[in-house]
Amino acid sequence: MLMLTDVLVLAAILFCISVAGIFINRKNVIILLMCIELMLLSVNMNFIAFSHFHGDIRGQVFVFFILTVAAAESAIGLAILVVLFRKRKTINVADLDTLKG
Amino acid sequence: MIEQIIFYFFAAILIISASMVITVRNPVHAALFLVLSFFSSAAIWLLLEAEFLAITLVLVYVGAVMVLFLFVVMMLDINLAPLREGFTRYLPVGILVAVLMLLFMALIVSSDSFNLNQAEGIKHAADYSNTAELGLILYTEYLYPFEIAGAILLVAIIAAIALTMRKSKTLKTPKPEQQVAVKREDRVRLVKMESEKRDT
Amino acid sequence: MNIFDNMEAIYLAIVLAPLTGAIIAGLFGRIVGRNGAHWVTIAGVGIASILSLIAYKHHVFDGAAAYNGAVYTWLSVGNIHFEVGFLVDRLSVTMMVVVTFVSWMIHIYTIGYMHDDLGYQRFFSYMSLFTFFMLMLVMSNNFVQLFFGWEGVGLVSYLLIGFWFKRDKAVFAGLKAFLVNRVGDFGFLLGIAAILMYFNTLDYAEVFQQAPALSTATIEIVAGHDWSLMSFICICLFIGAMGKSAQVPLHVWLPDSMEGPTPISALIHAATMVTAGIFMVARMSPMFELSETALSFVMVIGAVTAISMGLVGLVQNDIKRVIAYSTLSQLGYMTVALGASAYAAAMFHLVTHAFFKALLFLCAGAVIIAMHHEQDMRKMGGLYRYMPITWFTCLIGSLALIGFPGTSGFFSKDAIIEAVYHSNLPVAGFAYYAVLAGVFITALYSFRLFFLTFHGKERLNKHTWEHLHEAPKVITVPLVILAIPSLLAGIFLIGPMLFDGYFMQAIHVASTHDVLAEMGKDYHGVFSFTLHAFKSAPVYLTLAGVVTAWVLYIKFPYMPAILEKRFSLLHKILINKYGFDDFYQVVFARGSREIGRFLWRFGDVRLIDGFFVNGTALTIRWFSSVVRTIQSGYLYDYAFAMILGLLFLLGIFVHGILN
Repeated sequence: MLMLTDVLVLAAILFCISVAGIFINRKNVIILLMCIELMLLSVNMNFIAFSHFHGDIRGQVFVFFILTVAAAESAIGLAILVVLFRKRKTINVADLDTLKG
Repeated sequence: MIEQIIFYFFAAILIISASMVITVRNPVHAALFLVLSFFSSAAIWLLLEAEFLAITLVLVYVGAVMVLFLFVVMMLDINLAPLREGFTRYLPVGILVAVLMLLFMALIVSSDSFNLNQAEGIKHAADYSNTAELGLILYTEYLYPFEIAGAILLVAIIAAIALTMRKSKTLKTPKPEQQVAVKREDRVRLVKMESEKRDT
Repeated sequence: MNIFDNMEAIYLAIVLAPLTGAIIAGLFGRIVGRNGAHWVTIAGVGIASILSLIAYKHHVFDGAAAYNGAVYTWLSVGNIHFEVGFLVDRLSVTMMVVVTFVSWMIHIYTIGYMHDDLGYQRFFSYMSLFTFFMLMLVMSNNFVQLFFGWEGVGLVSYLLIGFWFKRDKAVFAGLKAFLVNRVGDFGFLLGIAAILMYFNTLDYAEVFQQAPALSTATIEIVAGHDWSLMSFICICLFIGAMGKSAQVPLHVWLPDSMEGPTPISALIHAATMVTAGIFMVARMSPMFELSETALSFVMVIGAVTAISMGLVGLVQNDIKRVIAYSTLSQLGYMTVALGASAYAAAMFHLVTHAFFKALLFLCAGAVIIAMHHEQDMRKMGGLYRYMPITWFTCLIGSLALIGFPGTSGFFSKDAIIEAVYHSNLPVAGFAYYAVLAGVFITALYSFRLFFLTFHGKERLNKHTWEHLHEAPKVITVPLVILAIPSLLAGIFLIGPMLFDGYFMQAIHVASTHDVLAEMGKDYHGVFSFTLHAFKSAPVYLTLAGVVTAWVLYIKFPYMPAILEKRFSLLHKILINKYGFDDFYQVVFARGSREIGRFLWRFGDVRLIDGFFVNGTALTIRWFSSVVRTIQSGYLYDYAFAMILGLLFLLGIFVHGILN
């Protein structure tokens, strides 16, 4: 019998992996974006699990919206990345410090 | 029982592929592992009777977003060496934070405060349509948020195009506002001159 | 319509007329000009003076009841009302007449004295302002207004002592007067605060009504020591009086105040302001009567002042300073009378003293003017030939001061000595011998001044001798007018004022202390009082003083120098005024300078500037330099901070769940 906690723990593990990913890939914007996608995936996983185990379809509606926004976000994020690379010839986060006070 | 086996199988794939996403050296490989993790989570979502979203995940993410990722990774000529700097240095910190966070989350999930273990999965009949259910509530109760989501996607399209479009300096385009504002004097010059005698 | 129907308006007019004059002369001095300034202020004080006389007639001759009413409520806090109000009874109306009359005379005199001064309008403005404050003081019916007047006269006194603000000495003297008065005011304010705390009101009538009920109350200032509340309040109030009325040891400002123009010395530092303390104690008689401790304290201070300041007066050479020390001594007499519960005698002496001391000061002023601002008596002498009117009025003033039989000073001073003799306070014996000795000393220094100035060899230099002339009319007329009451006031006032219950309810004397009633048993009119005096010591002491002065300064003018050498230690002590000034200079002035320097060096520079101001800046700079490393501009640092925050929140969440 599949339990709610199984799915929640899976989502938690997924989230923690992506957090660790942000830490260890701190210089690569592309991998950072991917880690964010993974985070969103873990959140979505939670939503769907609760929706299933509580029998409420609204959880899935939220996932739908999150997917929409995440798609928009990654599209814009990648667009920014392209522009950035065009200007600076790098995507190294350590070089993106012109805002530094 | 069989459900559990399937779940653990895909969960294992998901965790391994996610771990690979953050550790592999090549971004292309990372993107491909991400695709794999999307696939395996789609499978888990199917187990949780979220068929529409599972399919959407595969179609939208794997089909569109991840392709975009791959496209960008391949298009840009990235020097990977500096990007891997400090990988091993930050690995312990990252793992520490992750483990700590996992510990906290596990504590929350396993605590009795939320009665999480008592919830039973709701099984629907064979003729239950997840898509119809979702569509029904999406087009009634969540109509306005749905419209706003559409607007957000439109904005994203425009923003992405606006950001990346390059204007060539040699490109010649009409400027309607100037065309409309043109006066006769700008274009026509009336010249009066004496008639000349023809040489005889 | 009878003018007495609307006394409240008259009282208001008495107070406001001088204020109006002061405002016009002070703020619009340039517009009204010199003549305008003196006319408007003299008119203001004159109106006040005449109205005071009307009020005097109303109260004393027509026997009207005391007026006690609030004119304006300034502030209400809970049940406590701060009001501007008037209490006009025989005590205050007497003071009003004296204040306005003397002030009026001195205003007129000033026209002549300040004739060439640049600050003419300012001077008149200050004098009228002083009259206003003094009237507010004496007419008040509550402690706040009393304090207002008290501080007001102190302020004007400061302004006038330092009137010639380009002279360092004048500025210093003004500052000194102000600071010494502050010490007294501190006690005064504490007394008022104690009254407010225990009586819950500041109105005289209510306080006096409640006072007997609280006569046994105690107050614990120092833990473990219960002090009588009445004694505490009375002594605190009297400390205020010591400051204002220049009693030892707060007397040091008065001699120095002679740096001010002479009319001011006459008006403020002889006739009126310095008597404010005496008046105040007389006004508070219902409270002082409840505390023998306070009365004894008052008497001792008065006796010490009377004798010690008279002795200092013997060795002064500045004509104004001699009179200043004599003022101190006479104030001591009044204070002794207060201590002996002979409030009426103190007030009587206050009135006569106001006249003859103002007269003496104005005479001194006339001499100073004639001598071209020379104040050293050693450079005078023989002036009676050139200034007969001044000489004559000065003689009257001196006779009154020493208590020559028949003059006003005789009656008042003799009454005080008699009262002390009858007093049964434990310290009365000491006080009695002090005032008796004081009589001799008074006569000696007064006639020393008189002889040195007007008689003997002419020691003037040629320049002043050529310009020597009798003073103009504006100066001599006030002298003559003041000379009349100096001579005669005693004869008319002694009977009613001391023995016929003149002050009625205004002054309260406990029956056990009532020395005047005892004296009244033996009083059978002015004539017999005078005759009786010839059977007692004071008259002969006076004569002895005059004769001694004559011997020392006319007959054998070389004697003083010999005596000086003979008693050089004593002379030195007196010249140094017992070292009070030096003591204050060393202990308080330098002490506070040292404290100030310490506070500046350590408190201000190190602690406030160094630690707080710069320290704050340095701490912020240090903290910023640390925090700035967090604000790196790198994306991953912010992500790191976010994740840490998330972790922290999760921790709180988990903590909540586990508990």
